[in-house]
Amino acid sequence: MVEYRIDRRSGVATYLQIVQQTKQALRLGLLEPGDKLPTAREVVEATAINPNTVLKAYRELEREGLVEARRGLGTFVRKSLGGAPADSPLRGELTDWARRARAAGLERDDVAALFTSVLDEHFKGDTT
Amino acid sequence: MTGPVIEAEGLGKRYGRGRGQAQGQGRGWALRDCSFQLPAGRVCALVGPNGAGKSTLLALAAGLLRPTEGAIRGPGRDRLAYVAQDKPLYPQLTVDETLRMGAELNPGRWDAATARRIVTDGGLDPTTRVRALSGGQRTRVALALALAKRPELLLLDEPMADLDPLARHQLMGALMADAAEHGTSVVMSSHILTELEGACDHLLLVDGGRIRLGGPIDDLLAAHTLLTGPVADLAPHTVVESRTTGRQLTALIRAQGRVDGPWETAEPTLEELLLAHLRSPQAPTLLTEGATA
Repeated sequence: MVEYRIDRRSGVATYLQIVQQTKQALRLGLLEPGDKLPTAREVVEATAINPNTVLKAYRELEREGLVEARRGLGTFVRKSLGGAPADSPLRGELTDWARRARAAGLERDDVAALFTSVLDEHFKGDTT
Repeated sequence: MTGPVIEAEGLGKRYGRGRGQAQGQGRGWALRDCSFQLPAGRVCALVGPNGAGKSTLLALAAGLLRPTEGAIRGPGRDRLAYVAQDKPLYPQLTVDETLRMGAELNPGRWDAATARRIVTDGGLDPTTRVRALSGGQRTRVALALALAKRPELLLLDEPMADLDPLARHQLMGALMADAAEHGTSVVMSSHILTELEGACDHLLLVDGGRIRLGGPIDDLLAAHTLLTGPVADLAPHTVVESRTTGRQLTALIRAQGRVDGPWETAEPTLEELLLAHLRSPQAPTLLTEGATA
């Protein structure tokens, strides 16, 4: 089960915060296929946001094929997210790269900036 | 989608004087020429400055006041709940007795479990007399009475005014949970926008006795654009507000077609939208689709 944290001052639409936090939970393995998302009632009771906002977020997750609504039962996770688990070859390559970057004298912030700029270049136009 | 839960047509309310007086936009009119619809199942923020006519509109919708002109239609007395600003309760009754009275006055509809939960969530001792409760605790009891009636339409006049932040969050959560579960339509007034933002999906802005904006909040925001940049002609757009500082222009417009110009554009926040309208009484009324009567 996930618990949503709504930040009203973030400037990010509330339904998107729910979408993003659900995806983050999927990436981190906190939610797995078959798990049930909290009901709209549970979410709004805890967060005091509008029920339609939760439904909108769940519809968006459903549209992306990540969850499915089962009538009268609730909304369930269909797929996990993140094709790169902790022991994948991609992670190994990235580890090597980080080591080389450090050996070349880059600081943590330099590496983060470099990584972000490459991400931005390759995932341009994608939504979260 | 079901039909509207409230429908107002040419609604006006004048206090004090008789109908024989000269007509006109003069003194005495708390509300004038209000026409709008509220679709069922919405949580509507009724906002506007003090004295704008919010309480009058709620009392008209509750059937407690008669319109001076025009009409307002909504659910009957037994299918709506209205919580007035001063939360009228019997001071000599205990919390428990108050809830029992609610049960007796609403046979067949009373949801005792909901009433009990809202009261106990606030840590209220059921044997306390209403007279001895704080303002916030009284609000809790009044909301318990209103929600346990299982209304189709819940009208709340400044419901959160005397609650501390925690109680406000809890009660708003309880309200939203009720709306999620039963599809209750809610209208709540406030002059403090932050109380309502996030919880409401629909807006009515009342100002000077008139409805100035009405519709789903997302639609109203999308209908407006905030411009900043060099001073230039804003035609053909409808200008709600524009200000110039030196060479810079800041304007809130309703775009007619594409916004082509040397400006930076952004969608306004709800607060920016409301403040711009309150500063510009001459801006035309906007009721988006579904909100027009």
